[in-house]
Amino acid sequence: MIDTLHQSGGRGTLFPGTPPALDLRGIDKAFDGKPALVDASFSLEWGEVHAIVGENGAGKSTLMNVAAGVYAADGGEQTIDGKARSPRSPMEATAAGLGMVHQHFRLVQSFTVSENILLSLGRDSRIRTPAQAAAAIAAKAAEVGLPVDPARVVADLSTAERQRVEIVRVLLLGARILILDEPTAVLSEEEAKMLLSFVRRLARQGHAVVLITHKFREVAGFCDRITIMRHGKTVMAGAPVADIDEGEVARLMVGEALAVSERPLSSPGAVNLSVSGLTQKPDRFGQGLNALNFELHAGEVLGIAGVGGNGQEELVACLTGLSRQDQGSIRLGGRDLSRASPYDRRKAGLRIIPSDRFETGLVRELSIAENLALTQVAKGNFGGTFFLNRKGMRHAATAAIQSFDIRGASPERAAALLSGGNAQKVLLARELDAGMKVLVAHSPSRGLDMKATLFVRNAIKQAVEGGAACLLISEDLNEVLSLSHRVAVMNRGSIAGCRAIGDVTPEWIGALLAGHV
Amino acid sequence: MDFLIGWLAIIPSYATPLLLASLGLIICERAGVLNLGAEGLMAVGAMTGAIIVLSGGNPWAALGGGAVAAAALALLFGLATVVKRADHTLSGLAIVAIGLGMTGVLGRPYVQKTFPGIETLGDLFGIDRGTVFGRIVAVQDPVTIALPLVVFALWWWLQKTRSGLRLTAVGENPAAADVAGIDIQLTQLAAVLASGVLCGLAGAYLSVATSHVWVEGMVAARGWVAIALVIFARWNPARALLGALLFGAADALVPRLQAIGADFPVYLTMTAPYILTLGVLVLSSLRGKTSGEPGFLGRVYLRQDKH
Ligand SMILES: Nc1ncnc2c1ncn2[C@@H]1O[C@H](COP(=O)(O)OP(=O)(O)O)[C@@H](O)[C@H]1O
Ligand SMILES: [Mg+2]
Repeated sequence: MIDTLHQSGGRGTLFPGTPPALDLRGIDKAFDGKPALVDASFSLEWGEVHAIVGENGAGKSTLMNVAAGVYAADGGEQTIDGKARSPRSPMEATAAGLGMVHQHFRLVQSFTVSENILLSLGRDSRIRTPAQAAAAIAAKAAEVGLPVDPARVVADLSTAERQRVEIVRVLLLGARILILDEPTAVLSEEEAKMLLSFVRRLARQGHAVVLITHKFREVAGFCDRITIMRHGKTVMAGAPVADIDEGEVARLMVGEALAVSERPLSSPGAVNLSVSGLTQKPDRFGQGLNALNFELHAGEVLGIAGVGGNGQEELVACLTGLSRQDQGSIRLGGRDLSRASPYDRRKAGLRIIPSDRFETGLVRELSIAENLALTQVAKGNFGGTFFLNRKGMRHAATAAIQSFDIRGASPERAAALLSGGNAQKVLLARELDAGMKVLVAHSPSRGLDMKATLFVRNAIKQAVEGGAACLLISEDLNEVLSLSHRVAVMNRGSIAGCRAIGDVTPEWIGALLAGHV
Repeated sequence: MDFLIGWLAIIPSYATPLLLASLGLIICERAGVLNLGAEGLMAVGAMTGAIIVLSGGNPWAALGGGAVAAAALALLFGLATVVKRADHTLSGLAIVAIGLGMTGVLGRPYVQKTFPGIETLGDLFGIDRGTVFGRIVAVQDPVTIALPLVVFALWWWLQKTRSGLRLTAVGENPAAADVAGIDIQLTQLAAVLASGVLCGLAGAYLSVATSHVWVEGMVAARGWVAIALVIFARWNPARALLGALLFGAADALVPRLQAIGADFPVYLTMTAPYILTLGVLVLSSLRGKTSGEPGFLGRVYLRQDKH
């Protein structure tokens, strides 16, 4: 399939007869034995803007990091401008004329723009002082038409401004191949448009640009060709954008996993959780929430799909009570919990599996027994004000370790020593207790292996069959589709759509994921 | 009046070791390595300096010897923290223990033997001690006088040059420094060595230039004060100069008051540096996040994936 698709890559070539700007063939890469790229390919021509799309975890960033010398590939061939080149560091890639702007910027916050750029110039550069750097930046910024003020401190800049600094830096270092990793994910509509027009201009001047994005709109409007990745493989290599429609992109992106069947509720029940008009203004770093409405019935899993950073973190924080919504209400089993403390919410039957186990879930330094007892101690379950019933805690932990099959664990071991899957089991053992009415699970199987993932999903299934309701928030489409009775898609802080599982189609979900409402 | 002149005259000699040590710590911490070993490094410098003079060496050579000896101990610290990625706090405390323990044993034969120190400006240039100016300047030594220049040079280097920026970048955001092609371990190791040299110099200055004698425990918490001074100075050498004068003035006040016959409880003299240090730390913590602390201070940077 890949081979036939390779031939379709002619249209974007503005300079016939020149070798491709960047060519990656048969790239393999594994992290700790887990394959992230499997025989992935990518070919970029001079003068084009080439989109790479794919689900989270598809390997887009990894493939581009290989090209930019951040990661070394385990196998495969790489050329830059026709010459065999596998850069062993970002510096080498820069020297070969390739620069990457990462998803997470690499700037020193306390430095000014000039100081940051000065930093990345090699020893042999003629620019040696911040003043010289400032002049060079101003000149470059004016030349390419990206406003950047060299004198400002990075910490004071907006996200869009920081991104411009990164781009100007890469260009100043001499990049003619520019890789932008999800640059528009952090921008407003207006800012994104500015950036994309800039990128088009750059391509017209003969640069080659890679644009990783989730939005089909941007692909259709600003890119020449598209490469689609799934599970570390290239499933469509460099097709002209004009020849492909959105439905096809969505299908290729998501794959066959979407063959879902009707999943009737085993015990459709009363409304356990009702959220209405939940609104929060965006803060400096995050996404806001726009009037979210949904209801969760006993015995039901409502899956919320969406690309990370579209308000999922904020929604979870509002539900747990770690942050306060500006407007809207949260009712659990008929009780208004809109202003309740996290502790009161827990008492009312809300349970949380946070996306980062060790950030708001477990305490690394405490033992497994202590972690398991954490939510119970306040209730007085393990002794009074002055003496903790350590023996009771130990017994309870031993029981939990057995029933949840937590490997490599003893009650006294520190939670930090557990592997991801076993840490998650500790969390499940604690949260899935008798008092649970609503479970909020955020990416519950992120980073887990197959077996642990299955375990976690089964635990959730059982909990729901036992009469609880579950809100499953996950970037992993497979997970959402394999557990949910209804599926909603979150985009830019809103719920873009919601359907019963039987009505979910790849086109529908793909379009909503891409923000094409 | 006499009291005031006498006090002013000795402030620089109190400020100098504090400043030298804190300049070293600033370099080290700017590179992201938290060095709590200053007290031990200074003790090694002080003892080595004394031994060299007592063995017939030149006082200037003694300063250099103290610096080299402390740098050797700092190298051990660097190997632990930078190369082996050991915990910075624990390694620092270990250096204090090693430094104090080692000097206690090795320095025993040299305890309480006085020796000539480095010459003062009065000795060198025959400054007339009749005037107020003369009385203050004559007791200063070349190290003290040269120090403001060193401060300025260091400030310039950190703030205005590319290599200075590279050092700071390592301590602020090693991931960014890494992408910029900076060798993080090498930079940090060099910074640790620099702190060894400067702390050693500070210790040697104490024995060779100030007291002209070696006694166990003579560093008397000045290493800890220097650590607090770095926080007070917000990792800025120019502010460290100011802070060292302030701390030095406070430190010099007690012996001056004793000299004019004021009756002082000994425990107050002994605890004064600690109390002062504590006060500074409390005040600085009130200032919150804008304290200038390097973003990655004391943490271990591991690149996700290595080639
Ligand atoms: N530095 C890393 N260490 C371990 N695993 C990684 C690392 N970077 C990426 N991965 C894994 O590789 C896979 C592909 O990730 P990535 O390339 O970031 O996906 P994408 O950018 O398409 O969302 C994921 O499963 C991710 O967890
Ligand atoms: Mg990515």
